[in-house]
Amino acid sequence: MIAEIGLGLLWLAAGLAVLQSVLGGLALKLTHRPDLGGAIKPVAIAQGVLATCAFVVLVYLFMISDMSVKLVADNSHSEKPWLYKFSGSWGNHEGSMLLWVTILALSGGGIALLERRVRRDTLIATLMAQGLIALGFYAFLLFSSNPFARLNPAPSDGNGLNPLLQDPGLALHPPTLYLGYVGMSVAFSFAVGALLTKDVGPAFARAMRPWVLGAWVFLTLGITAGSYWAYYELGWGGWWFWDPVENASLMPWLAATALLHSVTVLATRDALRAWTIMLAVVAFSMSMIGTFLVRSGILTSVHAFAVDPQRGTFILALLLIYIGAALTLFALRVGTVREGATFEPVSREAALVLNNLFLTVILGVVLIGTLYPIVAQAMGQQISIGPPYFNPAAGSVALLLVVAMAAGPLMRWRRDGAGALMRRMALPLALGAVVMGLVRLMAPEISILSWLGLSAAALAAAGSLAPLWGRNLRRTPLFTWGMVVSHLGVAVALAGMATDTAFMKERLVAVSEGEAADVGPYSVRLVMVAPVIGPNWTALEATMEAQRGTSRPFTLKPQARNYSNPPTDTSEAAISTRWDGQLYAVLGKQNADGSWQLRLWWKPWVTLIWLGGGLIALGGVLSLLGRLWRERRGLGEATHA
Amino acid sequence: MRKLLLWVPLMVFALFAGVLLRGLIAPESGTISSKMVGKAVPDFTLPAAIASHPGLSSADLKSGKPVLLNIFASWCLPCATEAPILLELEKQGVEIHAIAIRDKPEDVVAFLRQHGDPYARIGSDVSSQVQISLGSSGVPESFVIDGKGIVRMQHLGDIRAEDVPKILAALKAAE
Repeated sequence: MIAEIGLGLLWLAAGLAVLQSVLGGLALKLTHRPDLGGAIKPVAIAQGVLATCAFVVLVYLFMISDMSVKLVADNSHSEKPWLYKFSGSWGNHEGSMLLWVTILALSGGGIALLERRVRRDTLIATLMAQGLIALGFYAFLLFSSNPFARLNPAPSDGNGLNPLLQDPGLALHPPTLYLGYVGMSVAFSFAVGALLTKDVGPAFARAMRPWVLGAWVFLTLGITAGSYWAYYELGWGGWWFWDPVENASLMPWLAATALLHSVTVLATRDALRAWTIMLAVVAFSMSMIGTFLVRSGILTSVHAFAVDPQRGTFILALLLIYIGAALTLFALRVGTVREGATFEPVSREAALVLNNLFLTVILGVVLIGTLYPIVAQAMGQQISIGPPYFNPAAGSVALLLVVAMAAGPLMRWRRDGAGALMRRMALPLALGAVVMGLVRLMAPEISILSWLGLSAAALAAAGSLAPLWGRNLRRTPLFTWGMVVSHLGVAVALAGMATDTAFMKERLVAVSEGEAADVGPYSVRLVMVAPVIGPNWTALEATMEAQRGTSRPFTLKPQARNYSNPPTDTSEAAISTRWDGQLYAVLGKQNADGSWQLRLWWKPWVTLIWLGGGLIALGGVLSLLGRLWRERRGLGEATHA
Repeated sequence: MRKLLLWVPLMVFALFAGVLLRGLIAPESGTISSKMVGKAVPDFTLPAAIASHPGLSSADLKSGKPVLLNIFASWCLPCATEAPILLELEKQGVEIHAIAIRDKPEDVVAFLRQHGDPYARIGSDVSSQVQISLGSSGVPESFVIDGKGIVRMQHLGDIRAEDVPKILAALKAAE
């Protein structure tokens, strides 16, 4: 009965989405009927509430392990720890799509409830676009991925959950990314709304900016967490694999980063109008393409857990309708958007345009690399594209981007002098050059990309802190702090990536109990291997003692796990974080002579990568709070932002 | 002109959507056709990987008799699982040569002692140079090479029992 209530709620929410779209369209046409526009807000709010209730019902079904519901039976098990029952409700195709649409409906309700900055007709057009997007996803759920479908007869117990996904990270990773994707859909709705009502200007940009900022923070967190998850859970010792699904989350982030900067230009200086609209469309397209790539199984990947061409076709159809319509609207309407304010070639705006350009190029590189295998397959070839393409192609542009990032905040809006800029950049440039020389002298063997990466990181770290120079720190606005912290985060992450790539040590050894192997500065001794038992798995656990020089030894316990239901083998890496890096150990198979295969890595400063990711997101949060705070106090836009 | 330019994004998107659609409806293809098929193996000379077997050069693959060239490594787990199949093939009279990738002699000796030794010659490719020139990207991989040194078939991954007829047929066709 409960599942049927959930389905009913979903149908009702879909009905309200229809109503919301129709009301919006009518209100825009019949301007003499203001009551139509007035009705759209409560409808949007009600739709958000209904979708949330449907999602809560699904979570409840998972928590009570109702095995008569097909989704629960396929993806859960009554013996599973409660946290994984809970997160299992969205760790599958149907549940994750329901979560998607729930967040979408909630943000629609949020706009209706809170948004007061944009013109009334723009708000109505935005809510109409939101209703249409939600409608597509309701249709998708109801017609091809019903999460509440029953099983008759009901099985006595469920089929478990992919043990790779049985991890606290899973409870957070997909919802975080979805919050980001959906935030992009709100930015998209705003862009469509502003195009429809020809209202592209600073007010619209200010309404859109918190959504873009928020979405960007979640995407940043999602990517950072996803990278760490792959790092410790897959046991391959790497933090980025250019896997199609990783790329699918990186591409919206790149577009969102570009959008974040161009929307600031629009809000502050009323320039880059058409470009900002275009980016909003691109950013949402990338989110949809990301969803499509993951859900269609068109590219094989560890993440694509629901491979179904019919569903892929459905998402592709939605993509075609939304993006096709938006781009058509863009082509028809953007000519009517007046040209915004102008600026000089050396100015903050110009630096932000450069930033957008570099980000777009990287986005293009990643998109081509991700999709080329599909193109090649269409031409009858099977290929896969990996780091040898992505690292130099995306990495070299990223280095230019980092340099531009260091210079941008040091420039004035509208017009600046090249000489003055060079004076302000002198210290960061000098620091970059010193690091460049030092690294060359001390480690001439490392790759060019790592070498330049380390130098650029030093330059960018100094450059990102430079805007604080000579300021009263207590009176510096919060959003300026946000920018500084985010930019510093980029430098920190870059330093971690370059150091790990250049100085990482890897050993694959066979050792018997009592023997030791060296990796980097550490000597790792295998003490013993013994079986251990967990809640729904058994494992072989190695106890290792690692010691650097004569310092105090510490213990590492990697496991080779065997999940009982369904039977699956996984490897749990043991990672020990030291102040200057991580020691990473994986237990392999036993050899015939009784020795064990061990994989050991010493990864200097690798933690900086995720620390940097965290700083980038923190900067976004500070910026968001700073903007909201300033608006609450009614100070309007600060031109020195 | 500017008007036309505004439609460019839509056209790019249409092209892109076409590619996705094509990829979606194209049937899944399980076989991988190698670029090497029909080409002669590149010239190479590899030292012996272990004392008991001679090394391998491209000349050894032009003896007039079709052979199976197996690329393996002692540190590779799927290589161990395919070992019994290779032994079976050798029993049926197939001449098997091998290239050991980034391996040490003592490890190869231990591997062969544990999993059996189907190989006539084993070359040692410590830097993967020959492997790359053969168009092989991983271990294990196997090539069917005819008597004149022309690659007739490339098999990616471990050879399983169900692959044996296909490989025997390719060897027969190469005669």
